[in-house]
Amino acid sequence: MLIRILIRNAFRHKLRSILTITGIAIAVLAYGLLHTVIDAWYAGVAASSANRLVTRNSISLVFRLPLSYREKIRVVDGVEIVSYGNWFGGYYRDEKDFFANFAIDPVSYLNLYPEYKISEQEKTSFLKNRKGCLAGKKLTERFGWEVGDSITLTGTIYPGKWEFVLNAVYEGRHKNVDETMFFFHWDYFNETLKKERPFSADTVGFYIIGIDKPENAASIAEAIDATFKNSLAETLTETEKAFQLGFVTMSEAILKAIQLVSFVIIVIILVVVANTMVMSVRERTAEYAVLKTIGFSGVHIAALIIGESMIITLIGGTLGTLATYPAAAVFSNAVGTFFPVFNITIKTIVMDAIVTLIVGLFAGMFPAWRAMSIRISEGLRKIG
Amino acid sequence: MKLLFFYSFRNLSTRRVTTALTASGMALVVFVFAAIIMLAEGLQKTLIETGSYNNIVVLRKSASTEVQSIIERYQASVIEMQPEVALDENGRRLFAKELVVLITLQKKGSGSSANVVIRGVGSASIDIRSQVKLSAGRLPHMGTSEIMVGNSVAKRFKNAGLGDSIFFAMRSWKVVGVFDAGNTGFSSEIWGDAGQLMQAFRRNAYSSLIFRAQDASSLPGLKCCIESDPRLTLDAMIEVDYYKKQSEMMATFLRILGISLTAIFSIGAVIGAMITMYAAVANRTAEIGTLRALGFGRMNILMAFLLESLILGFLGGCAGLFFASVLQCISVSTTNFQTFSELAFRFSLSPGIIVKAMIFALFMGFSGGILPAVRASRMNIVEALREV
Repeated sequence: MLIRILIRNAFRHKLRSILTITGIAIAVLAYGLLHTVIDAWYAGVAASSANRLVTRNSISLVFRLPLSYREKIRVVDGVEIVSYGNWFGGYYRDEKDFFANFAIDPVSYLNLYPEYKISEQEKTSFLKNRKGCLAGKKLTERFGWEVGDSITLTGTIYPGKWEFVLNAVYEGRHKNVDETMFFFHWDYFNETLKKERPFSADTVGFYIIGIDKPENAASIAEAIDATFKNSLAETLTETEKAFQLGFVTMSEAILKAIQLVSFVIIVIILVVVANTMVMSVRERTAEYAVLKTIGFSGVHIAALIIGESMIITLIGGTLGTLATYPAAAVFSNAVGTFFPVFNITIKTIVMDAIVTLIVGLFAGMFPAWRAMSIRISEGLRKIG
Repeated sequence: MKLLFFYSFRNLSTRRVTTALTASGMALVVFVFAAIIMLAEGLQKTLIETGSYNNIVVLRKSASTEVQSIIERYQASVIEMQPEVALDENGRRLFAKELVVLITLQKKGSGSSANVVIRGVGSASIDIRSQVKLSAGRLPHMGTSEIMVGNSVAKRFKNAGLGDSIFFAMRSWKVVGVFDAGNTGFSSEIWGDAGQLMQAFRRNAYSSLIFRAQDASSLPGLKCCIESDPRLTLDAMIEVDYYKKQSEMMATFLRILGISLTAIFSIGAVIGAMITMYAAVANRTAEIGTLRALGFGRMNILMAFLLESLILGFLGGCAGLFFASVLQCISVSTTNFQTFSELAFRFSLSPGIIVKAMIFALFMGFSGGILPAVRASRMNIVEALREV
């Protein structure tokens, strides 16, 4: 019975209710999208494994480490696989066609990253061909590459045109894997450097280290750094997660701004719904006075008003949450270069629901309090 | 007209709660819109002010930032002898061979680390950059392990104050001076002697060459000269253009984010205004009937309601801009991914942004009010009067 009254009340002004519901749906949609954007920022952190450490030059990432460190790291207790690579920083065709590209030691690297799914045949052809390269599925889709195509990158750090043959395409084993990266043989890279820029040959940008047990990460990292203390190239070793988190904190200010904006949205929804409720209650002051005269208590009336606001927000919230999925797909296409991984998480949906409930409750509270406290005689006198 | 204005205004002031709620919804949207555009503007302004129209930067070809660039000593000497380089009153060349690398420093407070630009400079570097002024301490002596830091670095990073020492590249570097470069990227840098820094980092090449040009219009000639010289794989550009390019990616990202967010938000605010205006029309049906009966035309009624909604938009715009202008005293720092280094900048409010935000606010008021206003103007007099 109560529910029926609530629904009838909620749709008494059809146009107004529909407008309010649309407003809520859009706001919840925006909130969900922003949350997903923030998650996308942390995607690299979410994809990192506790079994991997990253070693780099302690001065900063732009300084390299000698290749000879590989053997010294390998003998540290607890280290199982050592792989290495260089950030290449090349672009395809035009500077805008930029993506992450690395020169890596292919065998050890693929052993360290079992989450890259490559067919056996493609994998062997990539490993055999020194000029071969491996690209993520989304990247090949972006440029329409197919296995066997030749690809030329222009180097920004290592000048010149670099030619590769696409031998293999990888897919992620789980949704957090970045499928927009590009890898090629470190040997090919190093051979070219030896010819053109001998002073920067035989140096690597980073070592990636597979360890036996995640619990030992701290002590292994310490042991590695101690090995190279007071050398020309001191190292800084941290877990892959901490390394990725370092990138995220670099753009902390922007992340915080987005978080702040997502709170602003909640306030905007609150204002829209509260406005609708204030107006409805204002128009029905006389009705509530009649209800009070018949004997309904203030609590009943408050329940009526808050219930109505809940129904409106819940409908809007559900629509908004459902619309997040297609919207995220469109958004992801538009800004795919900024965010390689763009997934809606369960947490986002839960947050959507919580926001909806809070808005419904708070928006109804102020008008409910007004309707409760108004005196019957005053209410009856009121006309519009 | 005046009468109409007062009618609309009085209506808004009688229904205070609704007016405040609707206007504050719009104010929030305007605030977000202005804030994000201000951020992009501030970033660009900082980087553009960093450059000067009279200076020319030389980098290695295809390097887009100083960090990526490498210039051999002999190449640097070739450029130094070009006739385009200006001289100062003592006959010295206003020419600097600089080294730019990134070092990781820890921030105060959070302890998180960020990349900071460390610039190895020559004696002419300060003369070329008129924005850089020493604010405390003294200039570092050439040939020693002394450095000076920009004021944003001194403020934000650990051990970077005057008299402190920073340890990197197996040496301890003493901070002997703090410089103020105003609202430019140099404030986020550390400067030391290029010769010493190259020694410490084991690097035998410069990153970039900067000089004051005798005449800024001589750039095409210089470019041509560099290109025809097979020893030089370099590229020259005006300093302003170089820094402008560095802000492009970030500013575009912020603008896209800002515009797409506010587009979504504004729909919410327009709906809020629409709800308010429809209710205003519905509640005043009898009043509208009376006005029409008194002789006010349909156009007058339309204008009255539209005006009311525009006033709502105007109030929202003013409130939003007021709060946005407060942001100007906040300084933000973030990593510019194009240069991979930390940059401090401020929100910057320009007249252009004020106009844009105000137009945006009025547009929201207009689109929220037009449909209800049309409905009001179309009402039949007799039916409207019957309504109680």
